[in-house]
Amino acid sequence: MKYIEPHAHMVSRTTDDYEKLAFAGCIAVCEPAFWAGFDRSSADGFRDYFDQLMLHEPRRAASYGIDHYCWLCINPKEAEDLALAREVIALIPERLTSPTVLGIGEIGLNKNSRNELTILEEHIALAAAHEQLILVHTPHLEDKYKGTALTLDALEAHGSIRPERVIIDHVEEHTIGMVLDRGFWAGMTLYPDSKCSIPRAVDMLDRYGIDRIWMNSACDWGVSNPMAVPRAVLEMKRRGWDAGRIRKVVLENPAAFMSQSRHFHTGIGT
Amino acid sequence: MNSAEEVLDLYFLETRHKLLDVAAFLDRVERAGGTGDFRMQALKKALALLHEEGGSRAEAILQCFSDPTREPVDKAPGKGAAGAWPGGTGA
Repeated sequence: MKYIEPHAHMVSRTTDDYEKLAFAGCIAVCEPAFWAGFDRSSADGFRDYFDQLMLHEPRRAASYGIDHYCWLCINPKEAEDLALAREVIALIPERLTSPTVLGIGEIGLNKNSRNELTILEEHIALAAAHEQLILVHTPHLEDKYKGTALTLDALEAHGSIRPERVIIDHVEEHTIGMVLDRGFWAGMTLYPDSKCSIPRAVDMLDRYGIDRIWMNSACDWGVSNPMAVPRAVLEMKRRGWDAGRIRKVVLENPAAFMSQSRHFHTGIGT
Repeated sequence: MNSAEEVLDLYFLETRHKLLDVAAFLDRVERAGGTGDFRMQALKKALALLHEEGGSRAEAILQCFSDPTREPVDKAPGKGAAGAWPGGTGA
């Protein structure tokens, strides 16, 4: 089945994974800027990383017939250093016109600190000033509930952010309700050990419906599976879902959200 | 929506397997003398929630492990997360 992988860190994956995605029916991959597993020592590291996202990965993906898009930011794990974070944010505006950049992301909080919140607010202001979509990372494990609530408050406090142009990613059962109730999109990340298992994700679709929601593998350098979305398709089939509902979740929804960016051009057919 | 029998047919064996893993883990921690750890205390609180009815056990367990406060912390204490909030068990 044709689908979109709306959150994958392909800089951490092998070319074999692009081939697997293509075999599984993936037509587009969207890659938010993230933490590389170590702290970068200067803004120059991010300059190179942004080039990798905007120039190199689209070429790798194209070899397998997959469109590649990206989001730019400094992630919350490196936002504790305000001076570095502001240097990196200053690199972003001139890159927003690059043809595969969809918006600002994945921004958010990690340990819910004051500096992380300051940099989140500055990213939100940047997105608003440049009319960009926003992709939000929500914290891990015990920090997720508080971090999600603080993030939604920050987005609403800005005053000009339209919730339908923001996806709050990595929701689980205790955060999905507040995200959808306040008008934002929700992303479910399918991980083997943390975040959300595939059966739980399909349970949430059963309970909350299939509007303003997507699924992703968020595959990166850690424990993760680039085939998570195709496996979720199989799970929905096992439960008797019809093809139209599955297609909406894994193809039409991500395309609808990202089509709010003029840079998203992947056709999904009918 | 699947019938109860269909749900059991699809998931009973898998869930039985996971439950045995939980039991074996608890035994392993007990043998190692680690039952006072804040994560174990949080896990025991969470296990009690399995007896609740009403269809929101997963949400309740996630809340049980979560930091319920709303004020940002002054400085990030590293980058990782433990899986349970130490403040929830007096640790």
